Amino acid sequence: MKRLAALLPIIVIALHAHAEGTLTVVNFGGANGTAQKKAYYEPFEKLAGVKILPVEYNGEQAKVKAMVETGKVTWDVIEAESADLDRGCDEGLYEKLDWNRIGPKSDFLPAAVHDCGIGIFVWSTVLAYDANRLKDPPKSWADFWDVKRFPGKRALRKNARFNLEFALMADGVKPAEVYKVLATKDGVERAFRKLAELRPHLQWWEAGAQPPQFLVAGDVVMASAYNGRIDAAQREGRNLAIAWAGGIYDIDYWAIPKGTPNRDLATRYIAFAVGPDAQAEFARLISYGPTATKALTKLDAKTLAQLPSAPANAKDALKFDYRFWSDHGEAMEKRFNAWVTQ
Amino acid sequence: MEAVADTMVDVRAALRRDARRRTATALLLVLPLALFLLLTFLVPIGALLWRAVDNPEIARAVPRTVAALARWDAESPAPDAAYAAFVADLLALREQTDAGMLARRLNTEVGGARSLVMNAWRAQPLPATGDAAAVRAQLIALDPRWEEPWIWQAIAKNGARLTPDYLLAAVDLKRTTDGSIVTMDADRSAFRRILARTFGIAAIVTAITLVLAYPLAWWLSTMAPRRANVLLIIVLVPFWTSILVRVAAWIVLLQSGGLVNQTLRGIGLIDEPLALLFNRTGVVIAMVHILLPFMVLPLYSVMKSIPREYVRAAVSLGSHPLAAFVRVYVPQTYAGVAAGGLLVFILAIGYYVTPALLGGPEDQMLSYSVAQYANVHLDWGMACALGSVLLAATLVLYAVYRRFARMEPALA
Amino acid sequence: MAETPLVRFAGVQKSYDGITLAVRDLDLDVRRGEFLTLLGPSGSGKTTTLMMLAGFETPSGGEILFDGRPITRTPPHRRNFGMVFQNYALFPHLTVGDNVAYPLTVRRVPAAEREQRVATALEMVRLGGLTARRPDQLSGGQRQRVALARALVFDPAMVLMDEPLGALDKQLREHMQVELKDLHRRLGVTFVYVTHDQGEALAMSDRVAVFNDGALQQVDTAERLYEEPANRFVSGFVGDNTALAGRVAAIDRDFADVALECNATLRGRLIGPAAPGAAVQVAIRPERVVVRESGGPNTVPATVQDIVYLGDHLRLRCGIDERTTATVKHPVGSGSPPAIGARTHLEFPAEHVRIYP
Repeated sequence: MKRLAALLPIIVIALHAHAEGTLTVVNFGGANGTAQKKAYYEPFEKLAGVKILPVEYNGEQAKVKAMVETGKVTWDVIEAESADLDRGCDEGLYEKLDWNRIGPKSDFLPAAVHDCGIGIFVWSTVLAYDANRLKDPPKSWADFWDVKRFPGKRALRKNARFNLEFALMADGVKPAEVYKVLATKDGVERAFRKLAELRPHLQWWEAGAQPPQFLVAGDVVMASAYNGRIDAAQREGRNLAIAWAGGIYDIDYWAIPKGTPNRDLATRYIAFAVGPDAQAEFARLISYGPTATKALTKLDAKTLAQLPSAPANAKDALKFDYRFWSDHGEAMEKRFNAWVTQ
Repeated sequence: MEAVADTMVDVRAALRRDARRRTATALLLVLPLALFLLLTFLVPIGALLWRAVDNPEIARAVPRTVAALARWDAESPAPDAAYAAFVADLLALREQTDAGMLARRLNTEVGGARSLVMNAWRAQPLPATGDAAAVRAQLIALDPRWEEPWIWQAIAKNGARLTPDYLLAAVDLKRTTDGSIVTMDADRSAFRRILARTFGIAAIVTAITLVLAYPLAWWLSTMAPRRANVLLIIVLVPFWTSILVRVAAWIVLLQSGGLVNQTLRGIGLIDEPLALLFNRTGVVIAMVHILLPFMVLPLYSVMKSIPREYVRAAVSLGSHPLAAFVRVYVPQTYAGVAAGGLLVFILAIGYYVTPALLGGPEDQMLSYSVAQYANVHLDWGMACALGSVLLAATLVLYAVYRRFARMEPALA
Repeated sequence: MAETPLVRFAGVQKSYDGITLAVRDLDLDVRRGEFLTLLGPSGSGKTTTLMMLAGFETPSGGEILFDGRPITRTPPHRRNFGMVFQNYALFPHLTVGDNVAYPLTVRRVPAAEREQRVATALEMVRLGGLTARRPDQLSGGQRQRVALARALVFDPAMVLMDEPLGALDKQLREHMQVELKDLHRRLGVTFVYVTHDQGEALAMSDRVAVFNDGALQQVDTAERLYEEPANRFVSGFVGDNTALAGRVAAIDRDFADVALECNATLRGRLIGPAAPGAAVQVAIRPERVVVRESGGPNTVPATVQDIVYLGDHLRLRCGIDERTTATVKHPVGSGSPPAIGARTHLEFPAEHVRIYP
């Protein structure tokens, strides 16, 4: 029972005192967190004369919910995935942004603009593999499912999102049709059936840093991965490669948990971080696409070619439908969990 | 005579006063602990049990709708009055958050309810609100799904302040719209299996710790206290290191390129690395390691109190030393076996971090589901219901132990 | 030729650490049917000797013979000796009946016979009817008897007892001594009994073996042990003793004259070899000392320092010189006793005085 109590984060969070003059920014860690530190935190610390305390998480909304419900909000700015942002906005987990202080909405990709958040970057979940091991490169999710041509384990993120889409694409559904199929009962069954096919060959990952590790260690031959993490591994000299076709791209957002005492500073931080210079710097550090249209003009062709938003990369990619996941995510995730723990 | 009686009355009164004073002192002495336990133990458990049946969102957000659906048969189209009541309820919601909570709760029941409710809320106020039939038409025009019965069924089903649904779901049961209780579909249900697995893993871990700890504890108990203490400290070392450190150490040791596999390959025992990580083997190995002290300590303390004369006596009476050990010594350690076994088992069924980090999805125990529902699905009702199942399982185990202990006075 | 002893210790040695001997060069016979007590202070080797006999300790040297055959290497469970431990060692998880039945069960005695023999054994120790009790529901004396019944029920070749009465209070202990003695007489089984309590040893035993410092000092009947202690240690350990230091003045066959430090000279039986001038100890039982009003042969002047009334006798403590006191048992009613502080004379009758080198 003690363990269970520890799971309710309320108690822990209640114990944290809120330090003055510091801004707690929550990110997804790893290479992404490192790039944020260089592109956003350090310059802002200099500019505003405050300290930024980075915190890593894997997108668990429970912590935000616990903070907001108990009124002890110690996270000031968080990086949220689109579906979580949309849902959290409806449920009152996030403050409405003060767009007057952030800038004209027209400066950003339309999808980057939300009542409660503004896009940080465009990222994609892609098929990644070790180019040293696979001389005959996989090109699609159908190849990912082809255990005869590509023997060995594969890694997927341990949740339903993305995987159901990948499964349908592997089963021959065109990217444009994926969400239409998934909206039907039969489509869901089909996706789960396809996923079950691959199950004996799967190793699951939870943190974004894991898939490149698995690939480098040789534990798996292919993995779904955040494109930026593969990019980071490449910069470290690993010969990992990406098959962009069938990748699912989405935007991560800055959001302010409701009730933070540092709302003003948080808004200042966000306004700074979505500026074209900061975003361009971030894109140079890790290949995630800027959401500020002006930032794109500051990047060279080589950097642009690595971004998920580059035309060549986005051609056969799928836009993540957060509205679908907002509505059906819970049921899908619960079913996925029942299935995966069987 | 009377004087004597008076004296006796005085004495009795004095005794009563004295007893009262002692009771008051005792109460005062245990009061801080009682308060502490109340706040840190009983209140959280009470809250846990309460949240497992608490279902306030719908009753609070849409009371009129719930009332309007009270006589609905859940099959025919929902009455116009329900549509009107729903819109009235939405209008009465002060903030978007309130609508968001309603949408979230309904979406837990049935996927798609979120957008349905949020869109309806955003469309408020509707042009016409007076005529129920007109309201109905407007809602359906907004989204044709309003015509379907499922959203109304979800509202009607959860109109009550308390719900058995979470607890039912925690044991793979559900209520149908007509109120009968049925087993969940095989592809949606997992908890019975996970509960069985939780008990299975706990039983295996308990058995292995017993097999490992028994000879060790016996050996320690035959030693001089000073040496035994030194060795006990070594046994306790895992106990003093953080669970994450220990788990990380096991990952390093057990991974396919880890020390264990390298050694086995080095001495030529295996060609391919053994899969020791992210499966049941790794979980059991690490849990046994972590829980071993909880078995060794009760066994050791019981064994230490058993004089060697018992086995000697049995041997002098003609028993083979091995038979004497089994028939005379072992029965006297049952108390330690039961205490250690119960301790390890109860701790094991609550394990979360170790299987989460060292096991595959097929090796997760009930606590994992609790964490999953609390952290990922944000479904605290379900998390609490699963926690309650775990609590109930623990209490049942304890009751069994008590029963067993009563039957066997040697255990007491 | 004498009958073969039941047990013979032949040159048995035991060392636990390889340096000091817990038992040294032990030659001791246990006679058939006797009640032999091993007596000595703690650490004297008596318990080690019993444990070697039981088989729980292995001698470092020498041989133990049972009925003429060596049993030194026979494991304890094959020796067929009943044993009673100081804490009784009743199995707490078994009933009284099952405890007593245990040796029969391991010997695969058929159930009906087993039941009958258990009942007989419990009757024998007067505990019939307590079969279903558990050991923790019994009093100390009752547990003692159960242990005894359990050690006897399988008709052992011998019964070994390791301070079995040590945990009982004085009254119960004395009562049990009588019962044990009586039981021994009725059964005729050989008892080997270990105690540090000389009163207990003298009260029950046919013979007593006195141990000190790992060595056997004397084996004799209680009476001879008391009246004819073989050495200084035995005379001091068994029974009360008044001991005075002196030097041999003259030797006359079995007798010697000893000059005490207070200038008096005492005559007594010389036990062991001593040359004139050698330092010796003069010992006498307190009840043999006679209080005289005037001096005479074999008397020593003394001052009464203390008088304790003990019902049947008075115990006087008399100072002979600054460092030496003598204890005297003075029977009540044999003349008026001297008062505290009185000058008096103590007569040490020569036939009761022993002189130890």
